Amino acid sequence: MSYKIGLDIGSTTIKAVVLNERDEIVYKSYQRHRSRVREMALEKLEELRELLEGKELQMAITGSAGLGVAKESGIPFVQEVFATAGAVRRYLPDTDVVIELGGEDAKIIFLQGALEERMNSTCAGGTGAFIDQMASLLDVDLATLDELSLHHDKIYPIASRCGVFAKTDIQPLINQGAAKENIAASIFQAVVDQTIAGLAQGRPIQGKILFLGGPLSFLRGLQDRFVKTLHLNSDTAKFPPIGPYFVALGAAHYCETAKERYDYRQLVEIFRKTAAIVHKPQGLAPLFASEEEYQEFCHRHAAASIPTVPIEEYTGKAYLGVDAGSTTTKTILIDENANILFSSYANNLGSPVEAVKEQLEAIYRQAGDRIAIAGSAVTGYGEDLMKSAFHFDVGLVETVAHFTAARHFDPQVDFIIDIGGQDMKCFRVKDDTVDDIILNEACSSGCGSFIETFARSLGYEIAPFAKLGLFAKAPVDLGTRCTVFMNSSVKQAQKNGATVEDISAGLAISVVKNALYKVIRARSAAEIGHNIVVQGGTFLNDSVLRSFEKELGCNVTRPAIAGLMGAYGAALYAQQHVSPRGSTTITREQLAAFSHTSKAVNCNFCTNHCSLTINTFADGSRHIAGNRCERPVTGKASHSDLPDMAEYKYNLLMSYQGVEGPRGRIGLPMALNMYENLPFWHAFLTKLGFEVVVSGRSSKELYLKGQNTIPSDTVCYPAKLVHGHIKALLAKGVDVIFYPCMSYNFDEHISDNCFNCPVVAYYPELIRANMDLDPGVRYLYPYVSLNNKEILCRKMEECFHQNGYDDITLEELGAACDAGYEAYQQYKDEIRTQGQKAIAHAKEFGLRSIVLAGRPYHVDPEINHGINRLLTSLGFVVLTEDCVSGWEEAPVRQHVLNQWTYHARLYSAARYVVTAPRTELIQLVSFGCGLDAITTDEVREILRAGGKLYTQIKIDEISNLGAAKIRIRSLLSAMEERGDDR
Amino acid sequence: MSEQERYHDPNGYLEDDPPVEFTPEMRKTHTILVPMMLPIHFEMLETILGRHGYRVEVLRTTGRQLVEEGLANVHNDTCYPALLVIGQMIDALKSGKYDPDHTALMLTQTGGGCRASNYIYLLRKALKKCGFSQVPVISLNFSKLEKSSGFKITAPLLVEVFYAMLYGDMLMWLNNQCRPYEINKGDSKKVVDHWIEELNRQFCSPRFLLLTHNYKKMLRDFAAIPRRKEGKVRVGIVGEIYMKYAPLGNNNLEDFLVAEGAEPVVSGVLDFLLYCVKNNLIDYDLYGKSTMAKPVATYALRFLEYLQNKGIRAVKKQGEFRAPSSFQDLQKMVDGFIGMGAKMGEGWLLTSEMLELIHSGVNNIVCTQPFGCLPNHIVAKGMMRKIKDKYPYSNIVAVDYDPSATPINQENRLKLMLSNARLNLTMEDVQEPSKAREVVDLSEDLHLD
Repeated sequence: MSYKIGLDIGSTTIKAVVLNERDEIVYKSYQRHRSRVREMALEKLEELRELLEGKELQMAITGSAGLGVAKESGIPFVQEVFATAGAVRRYLPDTDVVIELGGEDAKIIFLQGALEERMNSTCAGGTGAFIDQMASLLDVDLATLDELSLHHDKIYPIASRCGVFAKTDIQPLINQGAAKENIAASIFQAVVDQTIAGLAQGRPIQGKILFLGGPLSFLRGLQDRFVKTLHLNSDTAKFPPIGPYFVALGAAHYCETAKERYDYRQLVEIFRKTAAIVHKPQGLAPLFASEEEYQEFCHRHAAASIPTVPIEEYTGKAYLGVDAGSTTTKTILIDENANILFSSYANNLGSPVEAVKEQLEAIYRQAGDRIAIAGSAVTGYGEDLMKSAFHFDVGLVETVAHFTAARHFDPQVDFIIDIGGQDMKCFRVKDDTVDDIILNEACSSGCGSFIETFARSLGYEIAPFAKLGLFAKAPVDLGTRCTVFMNSSVKQAQKNGATVEDISAGLAISVVKNALYKVIRARSAAEIGHNIVVQGGTFLNDSVLRSFEKELGCNVTRPAIAGLMGAYGAALYAQQHVSPRGSTTITREQLAAFSHTSKAVNCNFCTNHCSLTINTFADGSRHIAGNRCERPVTGKASHSDLPDMAEYKYNLLMSYQGVEGPRGRIGLPMALNMYENLPFWHAFLTKLGFEVVVSGRSSKELYLKGQNTIPSDTVCYPAKLVHGHIKALLAKGVDVIFYPCMSYNFDEHISDNCFNCPVVAYYPELIRANMDLDPGVRYLYPYVSLNNKEILCRKMEECFHQNGYDDITLEELGAACDAGYEAYQQYKDEIRTQGQKAIAHAKEFGLRSIVLAGRPYHVDPEINHGINRLLTSLGFVVLTEDCVSGWEEAPVRQHVLNQWTYHARLYSAARYVVTAPRTELIQLVSFGCGLDAITTDEVREILRAGGKLYTQIKIDEISNLGAAKIRIRSLLSAMEERGDDR
Repeated sequence: MSEQERYHDPNGYLEDDPPVEFTPEMRKTHTILVPMMLPIHFEMLETILGRHGYRVEVLRTTGRQLVEEGLANVHNDTCYPALLVIGQMIDALKSGKYDPDHTALMLTQTGGGCRASNYIYLLRKALKKCGFSQVPVISLNFSKLEKSSGFKITAPLLVEVFYAMLYGDMLMWLNNQCRPYEINKGDSKKVVDHWIEELNRQFCSPRFLLLTHNYKKMLRDFAAIPRRKEGKVRVGIVGEIYMKYAPLGNNNLEDFLVAEGAEPVVSGVLDFLLYCVKNNLIDYDLYGKSTMAKPVATYALRFLEYLQNKGIRAVKKQGEFRAPSSFQDLQKMVDGFIGMGAKMGEGWLLTSEMLELIHSGVNNIVCTQPFGCLPNHIVAKGMMRKIKDKYPYSNIVAVDYDPSATPINQENRLKLMLSNARLNLTMEDVQEPSKAREVVDLSEDLHLD
């Protein structure tokens, strides 16, 4: 018998277990490897010399970063899930389900019945790295995060699918001042939800559950969330102390099946060789070919700076600009000549109000009585909160602030790109106004904080880490896309022996590529502009700046205050917009007495139940954040009396009620196609004598009820909601559920064909295959089309007869169809008439209109998150795509194959917008909608050709409207600046 | 032409931007580039099209730069095959190897409800962006979509192409059954190469029509390859058509499986053709209309099935190799799982291919798809639970491909599938698979409070 060594090399940690001849654990360890995979493996062996020397040894390697080491060393490799399953069967054979969370991987193993193992897909974060990232966002260490979470009294909904989305949800919570305890617990809850939705994918997590891996062993808060959510107790939830080492233990046992035997010296020699292997650089070209190139680069960028005037020596008027960003707070004070008197760039450490307060105190301390703040402006995520806290004069949207500042450096500027900690903003400038705004979508926000998090995970501070990249010999090619992908790309690079230098440069290049390919989607400088200003804290990283210039093949302007441009722009704006009544900015005395508290509550004015954060300040004033309408602020019901077609349509659809009928209760799920076809099916089924039961309104709760039956976690949110609607119907006790498969929708004769998208068309099949319906409930999902009455009747007859409704005749069906067509026509007419009224109203009162263009189901407030209300609150009349489409005498051919009913409406609506004054279009796109890759480009082209702005808002289950608000306000300010005649 | 007519004319476009047509004159002057999908089949396709007066070159390029070109020129949320294929074409045009004024491109177009039908438009947009707007794009489709005056699918061409597909399917099928077992590395490839050469010769005369005769000789040649008699794990590959077949798309999945000691099982492309034809009959039943007239589709289906059966019979008669299942069988298997009205992308065929594999004893399946593939949400990932419920020992892994998915991630998933496959293989040998081993006392470490 021999000693067995199991080595588990994960994405961030290395775990080792040694078993003696009697299979007893004589050693175990768990350490972060910081990319030094091979070296750590060797060190580990050397460390164990005393224990291993003179013994016969067997060894196996496992883990996601272990494959490369195994290949090079020739040590047997075992796939990690397989290793785990083997060890569980051996030690804890009565386990039903194993959940293992690692640094970047999440795994679930079902042991009852057929063995089934699942790993997180390429898109799902929600793992150890995610928790690390969130902890650094809150600026606490893991232990503190864990401790905090145990004292929560409230859980906020946080998107669970991927770390990037979750971040988008958490940031506003931090900015609104929500308690860290509650955020911490919410983060853990998101991980739990992710495990249930993304990993289990429809298979129930029941019985005895074994939790393994680092995070689940060390974080009690996470354990707590799992136990509560899965309704477990101490008998059914097992958190063994061996949890973190379990996979290594599995590898050690796997040795039994391997033939290879080693003695200690042999093994050390093998690993010494492996550690010494020189990996041929397979990376990209270095950022600088020579020292001279670097010097030229430094010299050129040193030119773009702003003179500073020592604040101690200045007397007179000054203007204050504050940029309350997502993770950082920037403040600038300028004199009458736009010279900088004071500037500050600080991480807000999760307390943005405090950060601004400290900076103001510093200003007042140094300015004494010599300087009078004659004007102040605030911009950024925290704009509203800061404005009410410190009584700043003006609030302005970020895009305008950045443009104002950029113009100061380059009056000819025609393209600005700002990469900050959390977000990326690009805008084209045409005719002195912001013409086209591009924001990073939730899926591509691998921005500055992402490099920073990476640097920290490798054990570096950001500045030295960035510097390392400058002279990397072979920067690794990490591709583009979101952080989660990037993690596995780094994993791959580590496997190939990339150095930290190469990784640093590779990350910089990937951020740039992300911006160029994913966000701007342009490649050459000629395409995006001639006078490019780059800014945002991320561009202070010279590696990023250099990559950007190299990638574009041209020189750009990077102001020395790249990280402060928002604040500088705000200061300039304050100077340009001085109020004749003087500044209201908080005074020195008021500031001294300033304090603030925040409290989280749920708004109960409507069914949205927004999570509100109420900030109360020392002077008694309050600020409410998290609201989607003005109701909690003003207490009044209506935010606005402006026509809102999205709301009108939604209310109209919700008004369809069933009448009691002889054939029993038939349920229709109010999701996807039903938003278009409900009027038809409602009349059709009512006429046949069914009582139509509609599943009702969507909500997060409804979604969560069906969440565990979703098999594909990358499908769009509107489709995921179907599961909840089916559950809702079952809860309502219907006899039968009707949800037809429809390859085609109505042919409106404005396109090449009239397809539904594959998901909309065949989702009923997926429901059948993945949801357990009550045995007593019949499920009808026939393949039908509404375009041919005769065949429709025949198919419905077939369907009804097969399902026990033998007495339904073709004649009855004919009459029912007629009723359906009539009802549908009536519905369309009503939408159109009402749409015309809305347009007339806008004309009469000189209002601006927005066509909120998407698919019919985008009127669901759970899907659009109340964007329509946001629009009316900003003074827009809201139209929908279907009330302004199909207006042309003859259809127009597109540059794409126009073969989907809903898309044809989009194109037609876009052409309408081109002809309509004071009207713009916002396209709503569901994340994961592959078809919109085609429609968005085409709609953009139609609008741009017609001199209109294109605004796209990507929506998902995240209910935060922050990004949407920036877009809409920028659009509004662009409309204002361009004049209203277009 | 009235406005309405102009609109419904498949070649009628926005007047400001008419696409460049491939004219009859261009046959002489232009080289047509075709992206590689099926390595064996396309070798023959190249020759056949050449014989019919088209200068065709199949693009066999590989490398990261293809993805980079795709990323730079196609909307990044577009599915991966489009991104790769368009990237490959743009890369070819930029390589300097082809004169853009004398080059045309060819893409297939199915006209289904999946976004794949839009590839050609995305390609045109990309060409325009890169300054190659003079390059004509030929749509290869059997629906009433675009036509080019210079490219006509004549009856003889059609027949030859179909035969090339039949032979290609057979070669691929036999090659996969021989290659993992060959004693002398490269023997199988030699036979494949020999037959491609032989068939390319045959296409010059009516000899290629002697299907059974050729099959017999082909089978004899493969059977003559010295092979090891050992049981290997068999792994079926199904998925979105490009990802399933194209080595460029699936990172040489077949080679990977062979290197890992498994035998890949890949069904032929003829099933996909049959599926497309069959869908016309289903459409006719469900909606009263179809792209192909009902009698044409009925006849075509019967004819193709007749040809397919010749191959199946030949394999069975020879006796050494497993025969593929017939399209008839595929249709029967899908019953109770998914309706045959699901016709977008690979539709119900994909579900039935998974079932066919399980029925023929291949429990291990890799289901390949582009990241975010819309039809596969339903017909692949959406059906897996039902399949697993019915066949608990099926071992299916879904692998997503996209421009940034690293091979290590894919490999890891594949390795897990293979580990399970091997475990199942050994479990079959042991009489009592559930016989628990002696439980070792680890009470201290496993202290479960």
